[in-house]
Amino acid sequence: MSVDPNVMSWYEASARQRIDALTDPHSFVEFIGPEQREVSPHLPIFDLPEQFDDGMVVGRANIGGASIFIAAQEGRFMGGAFGEVHGAKLVGLLRAAKAMKRDVLVLFDTGGVRLQEANAGELAISEIIRAIVAARTEGVRVVGLIGGRSGCYGGGGLIAGSCSTLVVSEHGRISVSGPEVIETNKGVEEFDSADKALVWRTMGGKNRYLIGGADLFADDSVAAFRTAATAALARTPRLDLDTMEAEQVRLQRRLDRFGNATDAVDIWTTLGFADAAAVPGLSTDEFLQMAYGHREAADDAR
Amino acid sequence: MTLAEILASLFPAGHDVRVAGGLITGTGPLADGPVHVLGVADRTALGVDEALRMAGAVIDIARSPSGAPILVLIDSDSQRMSKRDELLGLSEYLAHLAKSLLLADRAGHRTIGLLYGHTAAGAFIATALATGTLVALPGADPVVMDLPSMSRVTKLSIEVLTEKAKATPVFAPGLDNLAQTGAILATWDPAKALDAQLAALLATPVGDDVRDLLGAERKGRTKSAEIAKRVVELARAGG
Repeated sequence: MSVDPNVMSWYEASARQRIDALTDPHSFVEFIGPEQREVSPHLPIFDLPEQFDDGMVVGRANIGGASIFIAAQEGRFMGGAFGEVHGAKLVGLLRAAKAMKRDVLVLFDTGGVRLQEANAGELAISEIIRAIVAARTEGVRVVGLIGGRSGCYGGGGLIAGSCSTLVVSEHGRISVSGPEVIETNKGVEEFDSADKALVWRTMGGKNRYLIGGADLFADDSVAAFRTAATAALARTPRLDLDTMEAEQVRLQRRLDRFGNATDAVDIWTTLGFADAAAVPGLSTDEFLQMAYGHREAADDAR
Repeated sequence: MTLAEILASLFPAGHDVRVAGGLITGTGPLADGPVHVLGVADRTALGVDEALRMAGAVIDIARSPSGAPILVLIDSDSQRMSKRDELLGLSEYLAHLAKSLLLADRAGHRTIGLLYGHTAAGAFIATALATGTLVALPGADPVVMDLPSMSRVTKLSIEVLTEKAKATPVFAPGLDNLAQTGAILATWDPAKALDAQLAALLATPVGDDVRDLLGAERKGRTKSAEIAKRVVELARAGG
């Protein structure tokens, strides 16, 4: 039974549902699919169950007739965390993208490094960032889509920051240290992880879109993500030292403007919103209308 | 080795390398010309301010025509864990630093990481692991996550984790385990002059990212290289 992509929630969908709804019908071809049973060799050490795709689905597909490569993390398996096999699939896909000059969509849904294979996961993240930079300098677009259950945390946030364009929904959280990690290490006074409203307004898609941490804001539906991904794939690809200089200026400007903010509401007030506290409650249309002309944009500085 | 000892051994003729606000900057002479020195000292956490300062220095060097290499010395904490840093988008600042180092390397300024102290998590990815070649000194202490934190997450005792670590290098912290997985090319000998060891490294050709092959050879990551290679082949076979 197929679900209407116009109503299917991106947040609720699985990795494979997202790929199917995002790409042209029957165009997806998976590389090293679950039938190959390439599972993590490390989880049994911890008596943990394996999954036949190790929580990462990679392959090629078409979007609007154009050939692309696509990777999707399954946030419901080990929190979408990067392990050895999981990470190596994306490394391979990005190396192929560079060689074949083909754009890549990365559907993030991750808590970061998988601790049971932490060294392999950390290294995979470094290899992925290096492969993204190598592909992007050859003119390849690497578009990140963020709106899944597990967010985009830890090393996943650094990979996202290396992409050419980021699409985010309200549910898409982008961060390095997660709320629990900050609370565990620095205390509840620094960050109360039980305060969900605080988590959403600090790390959630609306704040990221407003400060220039994401480029396109999508409703939480597969159809909206498809529209945004298509727009992202039409943008001019670029990564060189000029891009880095522009990003240096952009990130310095953010520190200058918002460096003393103690809460996201302070940032939104500085951006010029009369009723900044109302931002979390706005619908997508209301939010985009309000953001227009006020938000910081990354443009070609990413 | 302390930072002062390292710098003295690298640059017996003197140098202008300084530490301010936890960040290392300066230059020193090698036989073939100057080398830029950057890095993190005193186990400083890498927050938005530090990452941006360091990236700015990297970009300035990458813009200079000399082609002088960049030596990145690392004794850092993890990323700074704070509400402010995450509110301002720390992931972008760390990615910016990593990208700047990788682009400097591609622009002909070879990047060599030298891990001489601690490093962890996001700071490790954005600095040492973003250099073209990473070496270490004995006593370096890279961790992805320390065993007590891992014990909390995995709900296994530290004793059990220590026991499991003997069977596999894949999750346990420490230089030897990271080296086995291919993260670190070589560990330098502190008893020998470091300038000669750096010069020997700079004389080797720049190559692709071979850390997965190194991990396979050292049996610390048995699957990475094979899986990545198979995906490349399948992708290319499909046209």
